[in-house]
Amino acid sequence: MSLLIRNGRVIDPANQIDAIADVLIEGSTIARVGPKLSAPEGAEIVDATGKVVCPGLIDMHVHLREPGYEYKETVATGTRAAAAGGFTTVCTMANTQPVNDNRSITDYILDKARSEGRVRVYAIGAVTRGLGGEELAELAELAEAGCVAFSDDGKCVMNANLYRRAMEYTLPFGTPVISHAEDQHLSKGAAMNEGVVSTELGIPGTPAAAEDVMVARDILLAELTGAHVHIAHLSTAGAVRLVREGKARGVRVTAEVTPHHLTVTEEAVRTFDANTKMSPPLRSKRDVEALIEALADGTIDCVATDHAPHALSEKEGEFDHAAFGVVGLETAVSVLLDRLVRPGLVPLPTLVARMSRGPARLLNLPGGSLATGAPADVTILDLDRELTVDPTKFHSKSRNTPFAGWALRGGPWMTIVNGKVIWR
Amino acid sequence: MAWTRKDLLAMRDLDAAEITLLIDTAASLEEIATREIKKVPALRGKTVVNLFYEASTRTRTSFEIAGKWLSADVINFSASGSSTAKGESFIDTAKNIAAMSPDVVVVRHSSAGAAAILARELKCGVVNAGDGAHEHPTQALLDLLTIREKKGHLDGLHVAIVGDIAHSRVARSNIHGMRKLGMTVTVAGPPTLIPPHIQELGVKVAYRLEDAIRDVDVIMMLRLQHERMTPGLIPSSREYSHYWGLTLDRLAAHARPDVLIMHPGPVNRGVELSPEVADGPYSVILDQVAKGVAVRMGVLFLLAGSRNAGD
Repeated sequence: MSLLIRNGRVIDPANQIDAIADVLIEGSTIARVGPKLSAPEGAEIVDATGKVVCPGLIDMHVHLREPGYEYKETVATGTRAAAAGGFTTVCTMANTQPVNDNRSITDYILDKARSEGRVRVYAIGAVTRGLGGEELAELAELAEAGCVAFSDDGKCVMNANLYRRAMEYTLPFGTPVISHAEDQHLSKGAAMNEGVVSTELGIPGTPAAAEDVMVARDILLAELTGAHVHIAHLSTAGAVRLVREGKARGVRVTAEVTPHHLTVTEEAVRTFDANTKMSPPLRSKRDVEALIEALADGTIDCVATDHAPHALSEKEGEFDHAAFGVVGLETAVSVLLDRLVRPGLVPLPTLVARMSRGPARLLNLPGGSLATGAPADVTILDLDRELTVDPTKFHSKSRNTPFAGWALRGGPWMTIVNGKVIWR
Repeated sequence: MAWTRKDLLAMRDLDAAEITLLIDTAASLEEIATREIKKVPALRGKTVVNLFYEASTRTRTSFEIAGKWLSADVINFSASGSSTAKGESFIDTAKNIAAMSPDVVVVRHSSAGAAAILARELKCGVVNAGDGAHEHPTQALLDLLTIREKKGHLDGLHVAIVGDIAHSRVARSNIHGMRKLGMTVTVAGPPTLIPPHIQELGVKVAYRLEDAIRDVDVIMMLRLQHERMTPGLIPSSREYSHYWGLTLDRLAAHARPDVLIMHPGPVNRGVELSPEVADGPYSVILDQVAKGVAVRMGVLFLLAGSRNAGD
């Protein structure tokens, strides 16, 4: 079975391609990229004139919630949301119930993904047993079962010695540890960023320093151990500076940023809408500017949504009682195209790189490229598509987005996984 | 000037004319307290629900008396602790109350924003009677009314607010209200009880009681909000009282002879205020309580009465 994507603007940062070209898929791999390819007999033709054809987008930080929290999301619904958002691959975090801290849970997640998943799913294993922060999970077995990274995401491993040991122990596996950088003493009781807005609202705030001290610690531990530490959801100007310095010194540190931290500030909390509550919190304008600059200059390696579905009952009430987190899979591309690419803050090829080749490289995933022989995962974007974010139309089980009602231009147009069109 | 808002949620939302209207309305209703028969028919047939999620004696009673003097039917609904203590969510409770068609819901809650969330859910008027450490607008209004009556005016006065600013909704509402009416505000307390960037709200900050109370027209003392405080903010109540307790000696040494001493209550005697100060000639603490009823009558009247007039 062949598929020929004709006449689109092909952006493939891994192979320095940005040109009008055709992409030919044979079976489940990319066969060729080039101008005016002839269609093999019986090939399905997709006319991508005026569209942007890029490697399938990868979201290395999502919460599919299965097993345990199926009322928020499942592998089936979360991967449908991914497909509709233009993502061909997601990596799901370990804070399920039971926690993904042992092989049977990893097997369960990957089995579900094979039978019910719409896109590729990789699992991220817990660093510590039960996310308790006290003893290492069986990391070698988790790696063997297929975990592509290790993280206690949602919680910070506060014990520096234990985190050091996790970095050392996983070194032979070639898997990064992903740090949820948050000093839990500094952030205790907080529900938003600390600043003049938290002061006015009377909501306890967490200072940027709660993130920065842990980013500094983890960079130093990575330097000590030679391990690769990846900082999840970077949100402060201080953390950007630390990562930039770490990289300049040759430390193996990488970082991701979420669409909401790139486009929304703490001012949004004035609505008391719990869909503006997440961890780390929405920060200041100055932080947002630093994050955008860092995404553009490569200090930040990739965009990840931290897709964190919660039921309405967990998000509609009092702000301080509400759950932390927002969904992101179905809005990320449109938000970033409209708010970063259209105003010229981040060039389109850079954004594509940060959402495909970037995460693929740092997790050693096979995707992120349109090279001959690469998996036939392709995302096609329509830069002119106009939409208004309507949470009731989400494929996700949950509706907790800070972007409801946003009028946006640009978005996914077609998602192809393994040579098959799975969403259009 | 006419009142146009459905709700009274925060002093930050109001402009100077609206604040003045609220105070003037309260002042015009004050004399009801002196009547033999304390009842006017202004809100006859109207229903006011007091929805109190936090323990309160003074504020709830004040709203209840205010409603009754205006002939409204006043219903008290108390839910202890968090909204989920009984298993019913805050939003569900709100929807249930809405189904009973009240005219005004007065809400106190430990969560900042609770009144705003309720106001979004309900068609009727909502009065914020204190939401976490966010705002307590009727307290600020009664403080302003008290000061205006004692001093004759508000513009140009200098007020020191002393104590646990970080956890005080009274401080926040007063800062907004006083700044809008042309007053100068100094907040004072140990740095751990002064929230970050508060200068951006247009106030001065002092870290010594003596500096804070010098040359001000009004000293507003706040209580330590132990129920909202995390450990480690102050070493001990003893040390706090030693450096921040207002005594007659300190007043005589540093404050003006015509200074007003205010406190939103309840007073922790011997901690932030010595009994001699609380009961002394400078103190207008009980005037504040009396003005509280007038302010709440004014608020209920503007929310429930004028809406009716517009129908």
